[in-house]
Amino acid sequence: MSAVAAGSPSRPSLRKRLSARGLDATTLLVLPGIVVTLALFVYPFLYGVVDSLVPKQGPWFANYLKFFSEPFQYDTIFATLWLALPVTIINVLVAIPIAFRVRLMRRQRLLTTILVLPVTLGTVLVADGLLNYLGPRGWFNRTLMFLDLIDHPIRLTNNYWGVFASLIITGFPFAFLLTLSYVTGIDPAIEQAAATLGAKARQRFTRIFLPLLAPGLIVTFCLAFVQAFSVFPSAILLGAPSGPTRVIAIAAYQAAFEQYDHSMGAAIAIIMGLVQLVVILAVLSLRQVFYRGPAAGGKG
Amino acid sequence: MIRDNGLASRLWRFAIWAIVALFVLNLLGVILAVVVNSLSTRWLGTWLPLGWTTHWYVDAWREFQLTPVLIVTFEIVFAVVVISGLVGVTTAYALARRDFPGKRLMVLIFLLPLLLPPLTYGIPLATVLYRLGVGGTFWGVVLANLVPAVPFVVLVMIPFIEQIDPRIEQAARVFGASTTSLFVRILLPLLLPGMLAALLLVLVRTLAMFELTFLTAGPTSQTLVVSLYYAVFASGVRASQSIDAMAVVYMVTTLFWLVIALQFVNPTQIVARSRQQTANP
Repeated sequence: MSAVAAGSPSRPSLRKRLSARGLDATTLLVLPGIVVTLALFVYPFLYGVVDSLVPKQGPWFANYLKFFSEPFQYDTIFATLWLALPVTIINVLVAIPIAFRVRLMRRQRLLTTILVLPVTLGTVLVADGLLNYLGPRGWFNRTLMFLDLIDHPIRLTNNYWGVFASLIITGFPFAFLLTLSYVTGIDPAIEQAAATLGAKARQRFTRIFLPLLAPGLIVTFCLAFVQAFSVFPSAILLGAPSGPTRVIAIAAYQAAFEQYDHSMGAAIAIIMGLVQLVVILAVLSLRQVFYRGPAAGGKG
Repeated sequence: MIRDNGLASRLWRFAIWAIVALFVLNLLGVILAVVVNSLSTRWLGTWLPLGWTTHWYVDAWREFQLTPVLIVTFEIVFAVVVISGLVGVTTAYALARRDFPGKRLMVLIFLLPLLLPPLTYGIPLATVLYRLGVGGTFWGVVLANLVPAVPFVVLVMIPFIEQIDPRIEQAARVFGASTTSLFVRILLPLLLPGMLAALLLVLVRTLAMFELTFLTAGPTSQTLVVSLYYAVFASGVRASQSIDAMAVVYMVTTLFWLVIALQFVNPTQIVARSRQQTANP
């Protein structure tokens, strides 16, 4: 008995103690993933934070001071919000009723496949297509003129509306598919129960579905907002990148790769992240207001 | 299904389908405009082009040097798929099977690259990669693309591995299977469907990943989508048909893999990331 351990005989070996806490050879399989993420995500991120505090000249906060003292730079925050907020609100609000309809559809697959196209193809291709489609001689303007809605082509590219359209084309399917996955996760029996008890469609929506769906919708809003806020290629290709659609991503890119001031570029990237965080935290705080609990119902 | 047949609800239903139809029509219009333009001899101010031709594809192939671009694209994408598959599946296996201190933090760290927009972490990442001398090279692009790809595989695979009964592995051990044969003969066949879905999604996402590749690619390590961006950006230089021919090449490449991926996954999964498994009971 005393041959087992040099220390206290009742104490199990280190190996056994570790495995009791869930650490054994299998746990070590986590290492490659952790190494990759630490080296390629966490380290560069922290490097960026430090880098932004070591400006080319001036005190440690010089980059941030420069950003917030030049209207050319800090206006990009408002330009981006002015694009991202309306687009996200429209996308999410329109996605809800449509997801509720599509949920009842028997053949959803065709529609969801069509809608996944712009998400998969990406903003660059959509921007290229919209340049032609929304252009003065494109099908969109021609159709409006054919229907006598306008008498001369309206300008929809190389301005705010071009970027707006591209964010709707790629953002709406994204918001819709996410909402759909949440809506189909709600047990239809709950709705049937409400209908049996005499709730009208509007009541069923506001009293049953909306509270159940609220957390999912908030997540959808956040993810859709993050996507819209980081708009980059389409703001250059379809917008006016030196004017009203000079979004914050363009400012960060220009600082880092056109003026070769990586310190300033990192600072703007961090400001970009912080602004998003503020909006997301504001939206997430709404979450407290709503009901949280099982949406599946039935046997729990 | 509960159906209300009042006038207001009929109008409401009509309005919803009208919006869907309008959106789909515009979306198909955008895509079709690219295809039609790439096949047109001359298309100015008419509904359809004056004539049809395929010579823009030959031009685009030569002008944009699509052969090397396509080769590089697939080399990068397959490198990302293989590495993220190896790293992601092993990590997901450990996270699914063991409960250890710090696991929640680890999952959170894996979640972050998928929630943050690529540009926020891409700029510092590109700076680090350029400082290390891999920026602008093939491996620089691969490393940058691994940042969202590895967590994606991990988060898709965790619920998939969790639903495989651990007793199967224990039974194999009881019957004397070594670690290698346990992996090759038991785990791999069980994991294959999930891995296939996860890796196809990584493939499609990497093909379309613009920001990270754009920030880290040099002249010889551009993927198709980045070349397309540069072509559209300098659109005065070349004929628009030629650019659109390249866009069609990009579209066909991506859609080919999308169609294969859709055999194994639901379209909502492309968007909903790992949440899909928990959202649908």
